[in-house]
Amino acid sequence: MKVPIQFTLNGEKVSMEVEPNELLLNVLREKLGLTGAKYVCGIGECGACTVLVNGEPVLSCLTLAADVDGKEVTTIEGLAKDGELTVVQRAFIEEGAVQCGYCTPGFIIMIEKLLQENPDPSEEEIREFVRGNLCRCTGYVNIVKAAKRAAKELKEMSQKLSQK
Amino acid sequence: MAQTEIRPSRHNLHNTHIIPVKFEYYAPKTLEEALDLLNKFGEDAKILAGGTDLLVKMKMRAVEPKHVINIKGLKELRYIKEEDGEVRIGALTTWRDLEKSEVIKKYFPALYDAVKVMAGVQIRSMGTLGGNLCNASPAADSAPPLLVYEAKVKLVSKDGERIVPLTEFFTGPGKTVMKPNELLTEIIIPKPEEGTGSAFIKVARTAMDLAKISAATAVKVENGTIKWVRIAIGSAAPTPVRAWKTEESLKGQPFTQEVIREKVKLVEQEISPIDDVRSTAFYRRVISKVIVEDALLISHDRVLRGWVK
Repeated sequence: MKVPIQFTLNGEKVSMEVEPNELLLNVLREKLGLTGAKYVCGIGECGACTVLVNGEPVLSCLTLAADVDGKEVTTIEGLAKDGELTVVQRAFIEEGAVQCGYCTPGFIIMIEKLLQENPDPSEEEIREFVRGNLCRCTGYVNIVKAAKRAAKELKEMSQKLSQK
Repeated sequence: MAQTEIRPSRHNLHNTHIIPVKFEYYAPKTLEEALDLLNKFGEDAKILAGGTDLLVKMKMRAVEPKHVINIKGLKELRYIKEEDGEVRIGALTTWRDLEKSEVIKKYFPALYDAVKVMAGVQIRSMGTLGGNLCNASPAADSAPPLLVYEAKVKLVSKDGERIVPLTEFFTGPGKTVMKPNELLTEIIIPKPEEGTGSAFIKVARTAMDLAKISAATAVKVENGTIKWVRIAIGSAAPTPVRAWKTEESLKGQPFTQEVIREKVKLVEQEISPIDDVRSTAFYRRVISKVIVEDALLISHDRVLRGWVK
């Protein structure tokens, strides 16, 4: 029996019916056309399918679509506002933290979350926070650099704001 | 040239991108409702908490429940309450909740150690303490620490509730004493007595991997003599186990590295490791002694220098 669900997706209300055994990732990618979150391992080892549910980073390949009923889902597509990339997204481009790009949406979601929780993370804290994300191009050094750059820029931005 | 037979790999056999099992879905709003459903469907039902174990098993067709009862909506089962002599943790408390809790850090360093080496932030945000125990993996990271803290679990059903010590909870890989209509609602951990030191060590290949072997210890030393010690080992037997004999032999002994190194040799006799994809029985046997010794030294060190994290 289909399950009716209502949830907020990147700020917009969505109502739909899903099968009990449908996964959030498949619904996002195949029914809602949001292909940012990626399918890789499907068993919770790689982090490529990471999205935020009620602000917490979760694996959409291990989340039933029915389970997000009444919740708030944010995918990589929901980060940029009016076509303007976020500081973290720009830092990834500037630091060359993207190689094949497959793991990038997961990493960016995680770094966004990290900087919300901890505006000034050490390298160790950054690496600890993304331990659940795999980059098979092994581009970790630049990913850490991008996280540091984003943290620095966000700090400068908030300092400027407080001076005004 | 002889044609080599091409067999599908294990990964091709199982498409992990879908759940190839059809089931009915329920999202009860109250504990009462959840218990009713469990009572009605019994073994045909599976409880969905974090989903990080259950959904993987369903993708692999290792379990094919007819009914899935999602209990994430039961907010009343997510808490960490400090009481007089004990700390009560709701079954739906996530690993991230444990990681951020000052109470856990203060009283249960070994459990905190386990949180810090358990998977990544996403899995910690999803996975629950109750789920980790009910999944009953011999490699469950929460089990050895909870065993050395002598935790108990509360099992609730339509017929009433009972409290089971964790030492009697696991019965085999994936198996527990829980009846099909029972739900684990709470983990109760007595606060360790003043001057107790504890630690957890896990040996695994990568950050996200399950343990090859793990050990938790708790020790109380008075005037250089071991008053009592508790040792629990994970991934080295059909269930997480306490090393009772080793504990007994260490009691009353002076706390020195030489004595500990001699006595922990007994640990080998208390485990029954196997060869599997993660490690070999031989390696597990050798390493068990080493990590128990290390965990004991760290436990004691934490009392001497204070446990700061």
